[in-house]
Amino acid sequence: MCGIVGLFLKRDDLHPQLGAMLTDMLITMTDRGPDSAGIAIYGPATAGMVKITVQSADPAKDFSNLEAELGAALGIAVVAKVVDTHAVLVVPETAKSAAITWLEDAGLWIMASGASMEIYKEVGLPEDVAARFELRQMGGSHGIGHTRMATESAVTTMGAHPFSTADDQCLVHNGSLSNHNQMRRKLARKGVFTRSENDTEVGAAYISSRIAEGATLNEALEGTIKDLDGFFTFVTGTQNGFGVVRDPIACKPAVMAETDDYVAFASEYRAFADLPGIDAARIWEPEPATVYFWER
Amino acid sequence: MTPMLDMTKTDLRSVNTTLQAAARRQANEAYEILNPRGAHALACGLDGPLSVTIKGSTGYYCAGMNKDATVTVEGSAGPGVAENMMSGMVTIEGDASQYAGATGHGGLLNIKGNASSRCGISMKGIDIVVHGNIGHMSAFMAQKGNLVVLGDAGEALGDSLYEARLFVRGSVKSLGADCTEKEMRPEHLEILAKLLEQAGADAKPEEFKRYGSARKLYNFNIDHASEY
Repeated sequence: MCGIVGLFLKRDDLHPQLGAMLTDMLITMTDRGPDSAGIAIYGPATAGMVKITVQSADPAKDFSNLEAELGAALGIAVVAKVVDTHAVLVVPETAKSAAITWLEDAGLWIMASGASMEIYKEVGLPEDVAARFELRQMGGSHGIGHTRMATESAVTTMGAHPFSTADDQCLVHNGSLSNHNQMRRKLARKGVFTRSENDTEVGAAYISSRIAEGATLNEALEGTIKDLDGFFTFVTGTQNGFGVVRDPIACKPAVMAETDDYVAFASEYRAFADLPGIDAARIWEPEPATVYFWER
Repeated sequence: MTPMLDMTKTDLRSVNTTLQAAARRQANEAYEILNPRGAHALACGLDGPLSVTIKGSTGYYCAGMNKDATVTVEGSAGPGVAENMMSGMVTIEGDASQYAGATGHGGLLNIKGNASSRCGISMKGIDIVVHGNIGHMSAFMAQKGNLVVLGDAGEALGDSLYEARLFVRGSVKSLGADCTEKEMRPEHLEILAKLLEQAGADAKPEEFKRYGSARKLYNFNIDHASEY
């Protein structure tokens, strides 16, 4: 199974409530995915700066002096926000690749990077994961969440969704891909490497590699229908919004709700039950093999 | 006054137990369900005359195995609504998700909005009226009963069809294997008129086309051995 939720807010004054709304949706999807949970949240960008989200198995040790150590290595001032096993570091865009190299050498996992996006994911019940990261307190313009029932790779932090394989891009998935090993090798031959054995990470890498080659997001998502084999309902996030695509068989559920205030996605209607104005919302199912996109 | 069960106060199992007991009393009672919030398997296994109105949207498998009861969902229904229905009537005011009315043996499933993929898959005698459109692979291996669609049908309508009758007013994206358009005879117009009336559908029987089985997949055909 697996549960997916997504929320795109049309009104700026709702941004502080994004985390609270998305967390309720995420927890409702617990019985579709009790193994692990994750969220990608898009907040305001600062010109010239980039956020890097890292994860540590031993945050007390790794994060205690992280700001100072990374700052000294890069010769700049670094600001770190530590949230449980994750830390978000804000560095100048020009120092991004040096920072990522240093962080990886220090044994930290890079969860995400980008102007707006932060990713938090861990093993455990969605309610517990949300509490650890204080997801309810987070604000932003849009976000995507996932509750995982593992199929294609082990229940680990790195096997949890969302997966990010490019700046400000992420992917969550309900389903399973059957040609992910073949696609992983194809991508590797082009120099695009994945870090886990997970099928969805291959889907994410496929989309970001197509975009890097010049495809639009729409073209990249349409490409998943042709080039990825298996079952999928994908929700992909970018700095400006989110997109939805389902495989042509479309046995993995998906439902959308739209009001003047938001566009919401979920695996089941249950996740919408607490959203404001849901009784008057337009509710529909995204069609199979059709790309949908909402952007600001 | 109609008894009301509020699902913010009463859990799903208690709601279903109450409804099933009322159906068994055979007393034509009526119930209203408030705040369904997309609950799964709501109003399932009702085995007797009872009227249930659900004030909101439901999740998976609403009104499954229904017998003699009348269930109305004043919202949208999740996957597998009225699955394996035996008799009675189930009405969805909004849209129905995939495999609505799957394997149904009898009764009428009346969907006022659209139904998505696999509507009426393996239907065995149920009548389904969809006022909007239906998705792909609808009526797959459908054996008996009538599927009436006022809007359009998606890809592979009636694939590997047996003897169910399919009536579509709008376009059909593609027909599945062994499904073919058939002549509309007076007896079909009569069936259609009756179903449209029962469903309160604003359409004339003459506006529909009928599709059915070409009956070429019934028996093994040695000339087609390479195609199997």
